[in-house]
Amino acid sequence: MKRKISVIFVCAALLCAAAFRLFAQDIQDWIKGTGAKPALAVVDFRGAGQASAFMSQFNSTLWDDLQNSGLFEMRAKSMYPLNNPQRPEDMRPEDNHQGYALVDWAGSPVNASHLAFGYAAAQNGLFVLYGYLDDVRQANAQSAQLIGQRYAEDLSEAGAVKAAHEFANDIIQKFGGTASLLGSRIYFVSDRTGTNEIWAMDWDGGNQKALTHLRAKPPGSLYPAVSPDGTRVAFTTWAFGTPRIVVVDTQTGRRLPFYNQEASLNATPSFTPDGKQIYYASSASGLAQIYVASLDGQGFRRVSYRDAIEVEPKVNPKNPSLLLFVSGPLNQQIYQMTSTGSDVQRVTNGEGEAANPSWNPDGQHIAFSWTRGYATGNFNVFVMDIGSRQYVQLTSGQGRNENPVWAPDGRHLVFMSNRNGREQIYTMLANGTQVKQLTTQGVNRYPVWGVQ
Amino acid sequence: MLAFSILIALFAAGCHKKPPVAPPPAPAPTAPPAAPAPEKPAVLEFSAEPSSIERGQSAILRWSVSNATDVSIDNGIGTVPANGNRRVIPGDTTTYTLTANGPGGNISATATVTVTAPAPPPPQQTETNKGTFDSRIQSDLQDAYFDYDSSNIRGDARTALTADADALKRIFADFPNGTILIEGNCDERGSAEYNLGLGDRRASAAKDFLVQLGVPADKLKTISYGKERPVCTESNDACWQKNRHDHFSAGQ
Repeated sequence: MKRKISVIFVCAALLCAAAFRLFAQDIQDWIKGTGAKPALAVVDFRGAGQASAFMSQFNSTLWDDLQNSGLFEMRAKSMYPLNNPQRPEDMRPEDNHQGYALVDWAGSPVNASHLAFGYAAAQNGLFVLYGYLDDVRQANAQSAQLIGQRYAEDLSEAGAVKAAHEFANDIIQKFGGTASLLGSRIYFVSDRTGTNEIWAMDWDGGNQKALTHLRAKPPGSLYPAVSPDGTRVAFTTWAFGTPRIVVVDTQTGRRLPFYNQEASLNATPSFTPDGKQIYYASSASGLAQIYVASLDGQGFRRVSYRDAIEVEPKVNPKNPSLLLFVSGPLNQQIYQMTSTGSDVQRVTNGEGEAANPSWNPDGQHIAFSWTRGYATGNFNVFVMDIGSRQYVQLTSGQGRNENPVWAPDGRHLVFMSNRNGREQIYTMLANGTQVKQLTTQGVNRYPVWGVQ
Repeated sequence: MLAFSILIALFAAGCHKKPPVAPPPAPAPTAPPAAPAPEKPAVLEFSAEPSSIERGQSAILRWSVSNATDVSIDNGIGTVPANGNRRVIPGDTTTYTLTANGPGGNISATATVTVTAPAPPPPQQTETNKGTFDSRIQSDLQDAYFDYDSSNIRGDARTALTADADALKRIFADFPNGTILIEGNCDERGSAEYNLGLGDRRASAAKDFLVQLGVPADKLKTISYGKERPVCTESNDACWQKNRHDHFSAGQ
């Protein structure tokens, strides 16, 4: 009997999976990227003199950046020829199978379309990198070269890592990668000092620093949003009693003026794409509803008049009159409306509970969390095409995965997950691969990704 | 103070100085005229000035009595002349009784010196009161519980809040300056942001209910903690129910 049930179950699951795949074809294509990816080989760079001490960090950073971009089929280093070129003049047209011919890389077993190579040296107290990118399918070294660039940074591990980021960034941009993640920052909530404060870190988890020191008793400060130019973070804090919105400068951590309405709740702020307004939820009318105000909270205006809780307003980056938000009246779903509160439509299909909409910079796709298909409350990260309403699920079977937010490059997502116990911040590619845990100390939640 | 003393004196006089205004007895028509009856003693004045003192201060008793052969005042003063005064320093509020005896009868009158304690020092900063206020909130008020994703006041919450309304009125009678914070809380299901709105609605739903039952609205503040302050951290129905509640605490 038990066997029979499980057979039926598996069949049903397969059917579902088949239907799901069919339905989600277009969005699947989108998250995978269209067309064949460049097959990229990246040699291990060597360093001369004092630069040699930093090469292992340099090489792993360069590899990770290129792999994380999701733009390349990375060719495994174990396949590479014995010798690696270091300079363009090392390249010789004849096939000598020693690694100095383009065809050594283009042919089997490497089968690369492109090769990144070069070397570093200590020069005048600086870490100097010579980085090259060749299209190895070309006939000669001259026509093959796509990048030949010198980078100079501090003669230190940090300098070597920075040079690797810059070189990787140039390669990514060569292949149509949009905005680089280099210099981008992730803002999040951490309780590692005892109270929930707003923290900032580099996009790869480095350089983690507290931005606020409000020391509010629980719940502290939560739900940050970052301005489009990365200069301001707005968040919700209990530091002054009932939840209120506070805006701080991301460079100094200093508070900027924001007028909070007379209400038991002013919360979940987000910036408009032009950076000139803040949308938020306020209970000034007796029930959390969406409002919009100037950057300093003045001139506020109620957007919608609905008998349902409304939170998390998010304005479309390409169309400032299109707004997503999370609301009832039944189980919470993602809705859209215009910036004047008209044309309210449900975006998610009514199943389960949906939350945390985040616009891709393209204005066409959203990431969000949804309990669809799981026990109530067990959120996972999804991506949806806002036009067709087609969606794909990016996380599953690994705890709660919530608050996905797009990186400025439109290819990565940052989110929070309790997959390894307590909530931590993770990043991944929009196809659900290359998941990386960025935080370990304390509980870390509610990430957002800023350009700086 | 003077007016008050006069009032006291008049009061005393009004009570005890009846004879002078009483009509003369009707003459006996047949009997020969007898010797006139001796006049009854009369208390013309018996007052305390001031009539109210702080402990340690003194007051003057003054009296004037007519038609008396002996006059005495109690509380250890003893026999006194028909007219006179005496400084007294009573430790507590004291009513002095003057008794006058004469051939025409006897009479008494009273005068009271009210002793007030010196103004007490201001109470210690509300620390102790606050503790009592807090403990009353803790012992007298029950939480109201909610259904999943709902801010409706269901049956058991109605019962709890009805009792809370009475308890709140008593607490506010004892602590007229106190305010109460209604804290709206949610279970872990649903997103943190949505639950913030839900907790706010739960708190205001309870406030509205209490105000309908006559609890002053300006004494009740609301706050939402969303799902950020769970009292129970397991993922099961029993625990979720515990977390879907309005809790009461002292407002600031």
